[in-house]
Amino acid sequence: MLSRHHRDPAAFPRLLLATLAVLLLWPGIRLAELNPGVLFDPAVSRSTGAFLAGFWPPAHDQDFLALLWDATLQTLAIATAGMFLALMLAVPASLLASRALSLSAASIGAQPGWLGTCVRWPVRGVLIFLRSVPEIVWALLFVRAVGLGPTAGVLAIAITYAGMLGKVYAEIYESVDQRPAQAMMRAGAGRLAAFAYGTLPAAAAELMSYTVYRWECAVRASVVMGFVGAGGLGQQIDLSMRMFASAEVASILLTFIVLVLFADLLSRVLRGRFT
Amino acid sequence: MTLRLTAVDLRHRNGVQALRDVHLSIAAGERVAIIGPSGAGKSSLLNVLATALQPSVGELALLGVQPWQLSSRARQRLRSRIGLIHQAPPLPPRQRVVTAVLAGKLGQWGLGKSLLNLLHPVDTAGAHALLARLDLDDKLFAQCQQLSGGQLQRVGIARALYQQPELLLADEPVSAMDPRLARHTLDLLCQHASEQRVTLVASLHTVELALACFPRIIGVRDGQIAFDLSAAEVTPQRLDDLYANAQLSRAPTSADTATPWLPRC
Amino acid sequence: MRRLGNAALVLAIILAVITSFAYLGLNPFNLGDADSLGHMARYAGRFLSPDFTAAHLWAVGHAALETLAMSALGTLLAAVAALLLAIPAAGRLGWPMQGLAKLLLNALRAVPELVWAVLMVLAAGLGPNAGTLALALHTAGVLGRLFAEALENTPPEPANAIRLQGGNAWLAFCYGTLPNLWPQLLAYTLYRWENNIRMASILGFVGAGGLGQMLYVTLSLFQEARASTLILAMLVLVLAVDALSGWMRQRWIRL
Repeated sequence: MLSRHHRDPAAFPRLLLATLAVLLLWPGIRLAELNPGVLFDPAVSRSTGAFLAGFWPPAHDQDFLALLWDATLQTLAIATAGMFLALMLAVPASLLASRALSLSAASIGAQPGWLGTCVRWPVRGVLIFLRSVPEIVWALLFVRAVGLGPTAGVLAIAITYAGMLGKVYAEIYESVDQRPAQAMMRAGAGRLAAFAYGTLPAAAAELMSYTVYRWECAVRASVVMGFVGAGGLGQQIDLSMRMFASAEVASILLTFIVLVLFADLLSRVLRGRFT
Repeated sequence: MTLRLTAVDLRHRNGVQALRDVHLSIAAGERVAIIGPSGAGKSSLLNVLATALQPSVGELALLGVQPWQLSSRARQRLRSRIGLIHQAPPLPPRQRVVTAVLAGKLGQWGLGKSLLNLLHPVDTAGAHALLARLDLDDKLFAQCQQLSGGQLQRVGIARALYQQPELLLADEPVSAMDPRLARHTLDLLCQHASEQRVTLVASLHTVELALACFPRIIGVRDGQIAFDLSAAEVTPQRLDDLYANAQLSRAPTSADTATPWLPRC
Repeated sequence: MRRLGNAALVLAIILAVITSFAYLGLNPFNLGDADSLGHMARYAGRFLSPDFTAAHLWAVGHAALETLAMSALGTLLAAVAALLLAIPAAGRLGWPMQGLAKLLLNALRAVPELVWAVLMVLAAGLGPNAGTLALALHTAGVLGRLFAEALENTPPEPANAIRLQGGNAWLAFCYGTLPNLWPQLLAYTLYRWENNIRMASILGFVGAGGLGQMLYVTLSLFQEARASTLILAMLVLVLAVDALSGWMRQRWIRL
């Protein structure tokens, strides 16, 4: 018989976990109506097969290629314009939300004052709210508000990415060494000046790197938002899929992959340059 | 003959000649210590014996068979009868001691039992008994990363003992332990070897320990066997020659042995 | 020379921004003018009184659970598939298998979840099944690459030692490699789950069930009050999953 001394302390928690997993798995599968077998159903495989067979050759007639080129440029433009507007919002918001600019905290060992905190936390809250709602929801809302087309996409990216950039910028300001800026504030410099001379040089590389990375994400997001009518490649895929034009879908997917690779490459080059 | 090396050469992949024309015979149940300066080839020799490395030239016979002539599966079965105690125990830091020790029998258990062991240890009592002899029974359910170097080495030894091999090879098994503990552990290994009629081959860097615990001493230098004698025949002069110019290798001296102070070790 | 390069780069970026706005025919200053802002404000105002009636809340609750199940199961399936694919992708089964596995993983992750969802809806019909499968496929590609990298970076000594004492390759993996690998794998999986709960909400836009499908319908029918309840539900779900994932990380992946 195993004495008390020998009982495995991990046995009970593991058993509990296993029971929990089993208890959650069954209803979960029912809720999600999970049925991977449907992919292998003969009728389904036939129609999917027919659809996939149309992928080769991908559509390459002049008119369609011109349309594709236009859509690609539109996607890039949506991403860039959206990022620009996002920055317009994010930069002041991040300055407001960051403890790095706190005058009260500039004294050695001090905490930010309550007035500053009352400003910072609501701004942070707004930024978190802006980025928690998925950008495609924003796109859907803007499509309803300003109509179909790329404007909705630009606004959706502007709002969501303002939230993301603002929050991360604020955190980056706080993560670099605070002492140079704090020393300047103690010597009488204003908040913004101390920030520009003390914090910004240290944070600049990371800020640039993150911004370029987010631009790359914005390119992908612009494609996805097209599905709700916000222009670009996404809208094109949606149209082609509805018409079951598999050759067109194949071309668009290929273009999308090339676009993503291009954005990735550009992003890496720029990040290498800035850091 | 449990173990026979005939004209064995070992050249590492990077071109270094680790062993040169090694001839060695060890009978079943013998206890042999291998000593020598750092870089002499002790670890390489043990790795060849454990079939971890294939000799570049020469023949190797273990437990009556030639391992490198066997099929891969037969060689795996042979390996489960040979236990190697590594100098730096290859234990995953997050693994618990009990699982690490029980892993010794992986070569003998079936797949089902082995996988079950990961979820819940199948022989906690057995592992506990071994660890108790090594003074580690309170660490039964600790994670390997919570142990000191010496404790980790003892877990490695426990794993090899749990395997119950016919041939036990030990590569500096007590290097991270203080002298008293090292002596105690080595005595334990030798006692186990003689009780279970297991052939024990250990490389040690503390010469006094080797002379105190092992009846047969093999000195290795520059990849060759310098001498192969019984402990009584090993003179200070031989040791001097073995360790000549080995200025950097100074092993800790055991505080409570009665042997005279030896000039260089 | 570097300064010149940097200046040229900044100029190129400014030019790109201006061209983008011009290409789209947008005037950023017009976007902020009184008329369109007023229009947007009125639209936003209709969201300010969410529908909290029992019937609607029940429907929202069910859709939320559906979305949660979609994201969790999709991520779980993906993790299993990713581990199976990561073993050849890390080179453990030879060079040709490695190339094949890497190609498959790249293909899976290059296609965005929404596109997978449309394809799955085409193949498997409307409903959360399509969403779960779409998430599983895309996430398998992402996780597979991360798992393969983690696998390549683990020290091989423990597994080699198991092989040396007679264990076969699978046991060497389970006893030697996995004990140290699984916290990292769990961390990646939890991070993707946080992402997937956001994605699962919106896959419904193309018919893959859950909160997204309800949101799309209510917005198309101009039922803003109901839509805002759904958006609130999405937010709550995202926060809950973030919190749960954070707790799991604390508990099991102590650094």
